[in-house]
Amino acid sequence: MESPTKPISYLDYKGEYKGILGWIFSTDHKRVGLLYLYTMLAFFSVGAILGLLMKIQLIAPGYTIMGPQTYNSLFTLHGIIMIFIIVVPGLPAVFGNFFLPIMIGAKDVAFPRINLLSWWLYAVGILIVLTSQFMGDGPPDTGWTFYAPYSFQTATNVLPAVFGAFVMGFSSILTGINFVVTIHRMRAPGMTWFKMPLFPWTLYGTAWIQILATPVIGITLLLIIAERTLGIGFFDPALGGDPILYQHLFWIYSHPAVYIMILPAMGVISEIIPVFSKKTIFGYKAIVLSTMAIAFVGYFVWGHHMFTSGMSGRALFAFSFLTFLVAIPSAIKVFNWVSTMHKGSLDLQTPFYWAVSFLFVFMIGGLTGLVLGSLATNVHLHDTHFVVAHFHFIVFGGTGFAFMGAVHYWFPKMFGRMYDANWANLGWGIFFIGFLALYLPMFYLGIMGMPRRYYDYLPEFHGGNIFSSLGAIVLIAGLMIIFINLVRSARHGTKISEKNPWGGTTLEWQVDTPPTLENFEEIPTITGKPYDYN
Amino acid sequence: MYSGASTFVEGVDNAFVFILGISFFFLIGITAVIILFLYRYNKKKHPKATQIEGNNTLEVIWTIIPLILVMGMFYYGYVGWIPMKRPPDQGVEITANARMWNFSFRYDNGRITDKLYVPKDTAIILHLNAVDVLHSLYIPAFRVKEDMVPGLPDNKMWFEATKTGTYSLFCTEYCGLQHSYMYSEVVVMEPDEFWAWYADTTALDVEVPEGANLVLMGRQIVESKGCIACHSYDGTIVIGPSFKGKFGETITVTTEGQERQIVYDAEYVKRSIYDPDYDITQGFRAGQMFSYEGEISEREIDLIVEFLKSLNE
Repeated sequence: MESPTKPISYLDYKGEYKGILGWIFSTDHKRVGLLYLYTMLAFFSVGAILGLLMKIQLIAPGYTIMGPQTYNSLFTLHGIIMIFIIVVPGLPAVFGNFFLPIMIGAKDVAFPRINLLSWWLYAVGILIVLTSQFMGDGPPDTGWTFYAPYSFQTATNVLPAVFGAFVMGFSSILTGINFVVTIHRMRAPGMTWFKMPLFPWTLYGTAWIQILATPVIGITLLLIIAERTLGIGFFDPALGGDPILYQHLFWIYSHPAVYIMILPAMGVISEIIPVFSKKTIFGYKAIVLSTMAIAFVGYFVWGHHMFTSGMSGRALFAFSFLTFLVAIPSAIKVFNWVSTMHKGSLDLQTPFYWAVSFLFVFMIGGLTGLVLGSLATNVHLHDTHFVVAHFHFIVFGGTGFAFMGAVHYWFPKMFGRMYDANWANLGWGIFFIGFLALYLPMFYLGIMGMPRRYYDYLPEFHGGNIFSSLGAIVLIAGLMIIFINLVRSARHGTKISEKNPWGGTTLEWQVDTPPTLENFEEIPTITGKPYDYN
Repeated sequence: MYSGASTFVEGVDNAFVFILGISFFFLIGITAVIILFLYRYNKKKHPKATQIEGNNTLEVIWTIIPLILVMGMFYYGYVGWIPMKRPPDQGVEITANARMWNFSFRYDNGRITDKLYVPKDTAIILHLNAVDVLHSLYIPAFRVKEDMVPGLPDNKMWFEATKTGTYSLFCTEYCGLQHSYMYSEVVVMEPDEFWAWYADTTALDVEVPEGANLVLMGRQIVESKGCIACHSYDGTIVIGPSFKGKFGETITVTTEGQERQIVYDAEYVKRSIYDPDYDITQGFRAGQMFSYEGEISEREIDLIVEFLKSLNE
């Protein structure tokens, strides 16, 4: 029996517009979050297929399914999609938009219209990037880093890709500003900073990086455009520019961007582990402080991408030292997460599988980062497959596993339906095996000296590549099971209206499933800590 | 891995072993603890969680110990690396040139090779140049790598090989279409053998045996000098004009700003190899190629001409 005054679910709400317009013109933070989710899933599928095609090409030396120009365009597009369209906006744009206001007891973000504008800028940026694939002199072949002077000399269609990334940068900055203001101004009464859940904390650190670092890449991309169209020499030595200056500017943004990718992932793991351990988080303040420490120190380590670029020895010394410091807060987090499981009552469900496997792959990613941070070993491994393996362990293993964990954790709240847990667990298992088989051999290939961005390779590298390519096929199989299960369940899964299926303590589990249009009928007053299981 | 092919290997591999040893210890240790917890504190065995807020002593311990360990890693990385940054005053100086998509090495006596020949137990100082885009010179067996940056003066790397043999030399900075084929080798010789090779300038030129297949020899020269990176055999335009079907024809070129008609003959081929910016074929730009004078001999050019003629058929 429904009373006529019962607030309506955000999914059923009929506003000014109907159908798809009711989504793409909606300023509701939950609908904006889902817009991002659907866009990302579509492009993630494209990026993953590109990755698979590259691995099939590499299954044997020489030509297997494509020529070198196609291969070079594929790894460029794979990088642009995965970095600029998926992992940089990633968790904040989807789950930050959907859950940040609810978790801090607000009805929406501070600037809902700007929030919708962010998605529109993002969508327009994607369209511009796509034009680079189909118009002009062929898809760009520079790699996602657009290194000078190659990006000025190639005849391919670099400018639209660069301009698209520039537009998406504004989307990122606006989301950052929105989240900082929301967190400062809109927390529920009684929610002091240290009573705020950990996912919002990581969004806060991330938002500051988005605001402060993204303009650097924006201006750099503009300089490329000025150089290519007007012939002003910033980076191209043929015009009197300096290619190493480009690398500095690029990594001043793109290294902090790695923390834009991984910090929210750490936030998701900090949510999932206490809920499925039925236990308060161990060392809440240590996790908060380490989050802010990573966000801060992360600005000063960009030079470790340039250890063989021809920088001075003193600069290398300082960058290597700072890089090792940034390892400490990450280690602190891992110790605290594992300690949270100690004496817990562990409920092994799908989100928890993702969180625990996150710990494993994140440790491998982090520890191999130490090998790369050390000067002597970096010189040997720089620009080899070891680096490719390392960053896929962090970005795909870290952020990707956390993203999957987040989807399976918040899915029932978002859609009011439950997915099939058996299929979800099977998909996780196949994906996890495929992931390890795909990327572990790359560490070995890198140590043996196989450079990255290689269309073809010497026969001595064949063994590791076969293994890796087969891993890619297994991984894609796992991914398909996961996707089909989620898409099917979002439409036909068992309906649930239970507010708190996992037994969580944060505010999103106290509101209706799915949430109502304004989240709360009455803004709650917070008295306790976020993970109180007493 | 390789063992001790250069004097840097020991320092680099010590850092490797130190960092990987500690990493494996923590990876295996923490993973074992996680698995133990998954078993021991499973909700079936442990239905009621014990609430623990945290422990400041533990936080301090697991901040300080990793800090000490990573400083140790930093130290090993530093001591393994610093010799690479301090080239000795005395050594064999060789200029390494990179372009899309091959390497060439120029010795003090004017000798130019496409493989790097070096004497054992001698400091080798490589001056690094790139003409077009970024490249990177990487010899895994020696644990050395340095980017080759166009327009960066006085960029160099050095090493001292300790074992004779042939080792791979890769380009590791993405440089376009044929990046993965930008490959050469380092040949480490006994010093007396090297100096004999160095002094033997008769070996500089190609020998044409009686009854040799001149077309095939020409083709081999074209392929070993990296010409096909920019010039195709089949008429497709890569960076420069294609080799196909032009020999003996009249073509339009721009010479010192003046457009003119010339015959594509042996003289033109030689001029294009030694002074590539002199005649610019219609539809192409100057500055895309540098001179091969001293690197391709006149006798080799004769063979290349034979090969070009064969493409007319």
